[in-house]
Amino acid sequence: MTVYLSLAGVLFLIGLHGFFTARNLLRRLLALNVLTTAVFLLFVVMARLAEPLDAVPHAIVLTGIVVTVSTTAVALALLVRIAGRMRDEDTDPAAGPRGGAG
Amino acid sequence: MIPGTAGPVVLFSLPLAAAIVVFIRPRWSVPVTLGTGAVLLAVALWLVGVVLQQGGWRQDIGGWTAPLGIGWNVDGLSATMLLLNAAVGLAGAAFHAARPAPPATARDPRFFWPLWLFLWGGLNALFLAADLFNVYVALEFVSIASVGLIGLVGGSAQAAAWRYLLATLLGSTIYLLGVALLYGRYAALDLALLAEGVEPDLVTAVAAALMTLGLLLKAAIFPLHFWLPAAHGRAPPAVSAVLSAVVIAAGYYLLVRLWFGPFAPLLGTGVATLLGLLGAAAVLWGGLLALMQRHLKMLIAYSTVSQFGYGLLVFPLVAAGAAHPAWAGAVMLVLAHGLAKAALFLAAGAIILRHGIGRLEALGGDQRGAVVAWVAFAVASASLVGLPPTGGFVGKWWLAQAALASGGYFWLAVLMLGTAFTAAYLWRALQAAVEPGWESGGEPPTLSPALGLGALLLALSAAALGLAAPLIARLLDAGPGVSG
Repeated sequence: MTVYLSLAGVLFLIGLHGFFTARNLLRRLLALNVLTTAVFLLFVVMARLAEPLDAVPHAIVLTGIVVTVSTTAVALALLVRIAGRMRDEDTDPAAGPRGGAG
Repeated sequence: MIPGTAGPVVLFSLPLAAAIVVFIRPRWSVPVTLGTGAVLLAVALWLVGVVLQQGGWRQDIGGWTAPLGIGWNVDGLSATMLLLNAAVGLAGAAFHAARPAPPATARDPRFFWPLWLFLWGGLNALFLAADLFNVYVALEFVSIASVGLIGLVGGSAQAAAWRYLLATLLGSTIYLLGVALLYGRYAALDLALLAEGVEPDLVTAVAAALMTLGLLLKAAIFPLHFWLPAAHGRAPPAVSAVLSAVVIAAGYYLLVRLWFGPFAPLLGTGVATLLGLLGAAAVLWGGLLALMQRHLKMLIAYSTVSQFGYGLLVFPLVAAGAAHPAWAGAVMLVLAHGLAKAALFLAAGAIILRHGIGRLEALGGDQRGAVVAWVAFAVASASLVGLPPTGGFVGKWWLAQAALASGGYFWLAVLMLGTAFTAAYLWRALQAAVEPGWESGGEPPTLSPALGLGALLLALSAAALGLAAPLIARLLDAGPGVSG
């Protein structure tokens, strides 16, 4: 169990480091996901440590995964829009809105 | 069965159901949202009445008990927050419905109303939640809806939305880590259960520190406020109003719930003073930056950073033994701030629509079409500064009494200095109205009178809150509330 506990700790640190150092927006989002995974791992270890086996942390992690999938989807949607806007500005600022002239 | 239990069910499920309806039928958005809002306001008022009569209660949804079921907790504090949410939500929705059609930069206008209703339902769930994990889910719910509402504007608001998203997700993850530690230590998530069993040991202290850090980030308390001004300044007026008035208050609400609930044994003088110093720094730094802003909405956004600093003053004052007046004063200030700040953002929205620009020096001159909005701005300012008999005055008065009673003269000085800053930056905004300004020459755009009216109603209720002070004091005494 110590292995898993320390793994959760290491994952948390990796995520935290990535979050604060990455310049790439997608990398920051992934670092955040690593961070969340570390917390989920901690919950699962808690469940295993309990005597008898505790089901509540499992329910929590399942719900947490659903929440993380949703937040990641929203973040990705926002990211795609930001990236699209930056690409437009990079290539030709005078070109006007996309699909404007047929 | 307790008579009030239907209230929370309606408060939670009605906005979600309405969100689905307006997502499928965008044409019905405005009537459905306004109708939902009217029902929610009525239910929240009724709930406040029930709590006044019989005190708070706890209910389990569908009879499923904890830990697998979801429990709700209704008391004076949550009932007042639910009422604030309903009032601001309804006024904001009316403003957004009455504003002229936006320019084509808004990419997905049809997503506004579903997100708005989701945010509403998520906030209600947050104020009702009785255990730490449901709080996490509700927090994420609120984050997603808020980020969507900011990002819908397009343009530079998307970058602000992105920063807000990262800050708020980091905050929730750190909070969740604290929850995991607490669960590992006590095998309980329920706020009431934890409040009985918590001991001041190392694991609990680390968990408390992590959860507090996460919530400070979400409540944009100095020095973690960096994401707030851009996000609140760039959002549409109705969204800024609900973000500043209710979403930030939700983070603060949880801090209060935790530190006066499960973490009360940990609230020693050191921790309380640290939180109080953060609050004092927020009051002064936010006030200073608000004074330096040149854009009306940015000025109001920095004012939010400043005003929530007052809320943190409750911790050192309660730790010094002045529990009752400090506690009631802080909640009163948060309520009065919520109503006044929402009024300021809506009024600013109407004023900026009238002048076509938000720079302070451009807002003077001909005020036809914006008079009601300026009146609302002035009344809301009076409450924010704390002129009697407004809600802001009563809140500050109670806090000042607590500071005097416990000998906290430093906190009293912060309160005074913050008030001077508030008066100064709001005066700058009001002064802009009577200066010459930039004349465009053309006829002012015709705006619906409803724009300024919603702001005026909110501002007047912030002022009237002062007259309802005895009622609010009684409401906060009702229910489990606080063990000072």
